Amino acid sequence: MAKGIKKTGVPSWEELKSSPGLPDADRLEEGPVAFIECVQEIPCNPCETVCPFGAIEVGSPITNLPKLYGEKCTGCGLCVAACPGLAIFKVHKNYTNTTSLVEFPFEYHPLPKTGETVRCVNREGKFVVEGKVVKIRNSKQFDATALVTVEVPKKYFLEVRSIERKR
Amino acid sequence: MKKTQVAIIGAGPAGLAAAIEVARAGGEVTLLDENHKPGGQLFKQIHKFFGSREHRAGTRGFRIGEKLLEDTEKLGVKVLLDSPVYSIFKDFVIGYISDGREKAIQAERIILATGASENALAFPGCTLPGVMGAGAAQTMINVHRVLPGKKIIMVGSGNVGLIVSYQLLQAGADVIALIEAAAEIGGYGVHASKIRRAGVPIYTSYTIQEVIGKNSVEGAVIVGLDEKWKPIKGTEKLIEADTVCIAVGLSPLAELAWLAGCEFAFVPSLGGHVPKHDRNMETTIKGLYAAGDLTGIEEASSAMEEGRLAGIACAESLGLYSKEEARDLKEKVWARLNTLRTGPFGKKRRDAKDKLIEMMEGGADIG
Ligand SMILES: Cc1cc2nc3c(=O)[nH]c(=O)nc-3n(C[C@H](O)[C@H](O)[C@H](O)COP(=O)(O)OP(=O)(O)OC[C@H]3O[C@@H](n4cnc5c(N)ncnc54)[C@H](O)[C@@H]3O)c2cc1C
Ligand code: SF4
Ligand code: SF4
Repeated sequence: MAKGIKKTGVPSWEELKSSPGLPDADRLEEGPVAFIECVQEIPCNPCETVCPFGAIEVGSPITNLPKLYGEKCTGCGLCVAACPGLAIFKVHKNYTNTTSLVEFPFEYHPLPKTGETVRCVNREGKFVVEGKVVKIRNSKQFDATALVTVEVPKKYFLEVRSIERKR
Repeated sequence: MKKTQVAIIGAGPAGLAAAIEVARAGGEVTLLDENHKPGGQLFKQIHKFFGSREHRAGTRGFRIGEKLLEDTEKLGVKVLLDSPVYSIFKDFVIGYISDGREKAIQAERIILATGASENALAFPGCTLPGVMGAGAAQTMINVHRVLPGKKIIMVGSGNVGLIVSYQLLQAGADVIALIEAAAEIGGYGVHASKIRRAGVPIYTSYTIQEVIGKNSVEGAVIVGLDEKWKPIKGTEKLIEADTVCIAVGLSPLAELAWLAGCEFAFVPSLGGHVPKHDRNMETTIKGLYAAGDLTGIEEASSAMEEGRLAGIACAESLGLYSKEEARDLKEKVWARLNTLRTGPFGKKRRDAKDKLIEMMEGGADIG
């Protein structure tokens, strides 16, 4: 099976790992951090302009891939809401001893409710595991892009990227 | 006959941006559009746009349109809506229809910004109700707020096919397959990733063989393609669906430029036949400018920049700007346009545009 973003619409691990947008292994241990899954050179930089801490650099030309400076990232999540590609996530690996948090942008109605148990999916939309919604952020500044945070078993924090849409 | 200094045909992002530039320079502008509402494609775009801060990236398309409208109003641009232009005659007399009657207006300069139209695709069953352009489906959900169907097959993986699929999901429909004849997805990966996360399968190297149904779409047969784009026997799949959306590209809407007598060039990477133009967006007819998707299928951000160029150049030619003033303004626009046309997606268009401009001998240069 051919892999990769051009073929499947899903970035492969190789593409993700060789992109400059992922935090390194040490940073992942340390608390919430942005996880940028933007692997194609497109003319775009709202992630860079929105970050209050200068933790993302696109620079010039504007088609550069966004680079994450993990040590500067506070995990505020503003970039998750601002990215028009919905390509940024926020992960908190060591939320508890056994669970992680994954925050992702969600633009479908209805929104899930805090406390609800939801079906979490991977990058291919396939069911991975059930998780619990621990937070929903939907401020005016986000302009209708809600940020949903789910708590999932730790081993899935690199896999869970959304939830099933309700119909 | 009515007269105006500058007539702009088409009130999409290119036409609106051009109008703002001419009016800002002190010119008198009449903007004509066939629709009931100005804004062109922008009012269907409920998603957040790409680009940089100057292009208001991260802002939803329709809000960019609202801001352009606000500016044209503030600057006193005259807007004639429900006014399709049917021809451009000698001496820049523009024929249009309004209130069911033929009318005419004469201009000293004309800027054409008529945009593009959707390409069709022929296959058995393509005339069944339920087969429609992706743009039409987008208008239904985002402007009229009706769902074209519940189970949708999208044909074409360019940005239009990907974005409209996403918006159909948001509107409550299911997109059960997106098929693409090429071996790779045409549009931005991030748009493809969004619909993959929502569970939409993308079939590359597949095409639609036929659509079946008695009175309307009941399903479609898709078939795999080899490297030579020949159907592979035995790969046929029947997919149940009530709607088939076609997103196989756009073509510049160039009739008025033909009628006016502009010289054309055939540039596949820009969408087909486009009017030749120089760095001022002036065509081979002096005083007639063209901008936006009409001069090559790109994006709203580049359409606005081209509109600005045409507007500034037009104002310069009317003596509203000195050569130096105009040069400084145009240089800034070109710098932004060039950054938009970088990267693997933009570079092809930049090369094509450069060639198109080179074709214009003796065209005015901003340098
Ligand atoms: C689904 C989709 C998603 C898109 N997403 C993005 C995006 O994320 N970012 C981005 O930058 N761009 C995006 N675009 C592209 C963008 O919308 C177009 O490139 C842009 O609108 C082109 O601007 P324009 O002014 O040249 O043409 P248009 O917006 O098409 O405007 C042309 C206007 O002229 C009118 N007209 C045409 N002929 C006549 C006539 N004879 N008489 C009177 N009026 C006439 C038309 O009705 C229309 O109102 C998207 C497009 C689509 C279809
Ligand atoms: S999470 Fe906040 S601090 Fe970290 S990169 Fe995004 S915007 Fe910057
Ligand atoms: S805003 Fe999103 S799509 Fe744009 S460059 Fe940043 S990560 Fe990529």
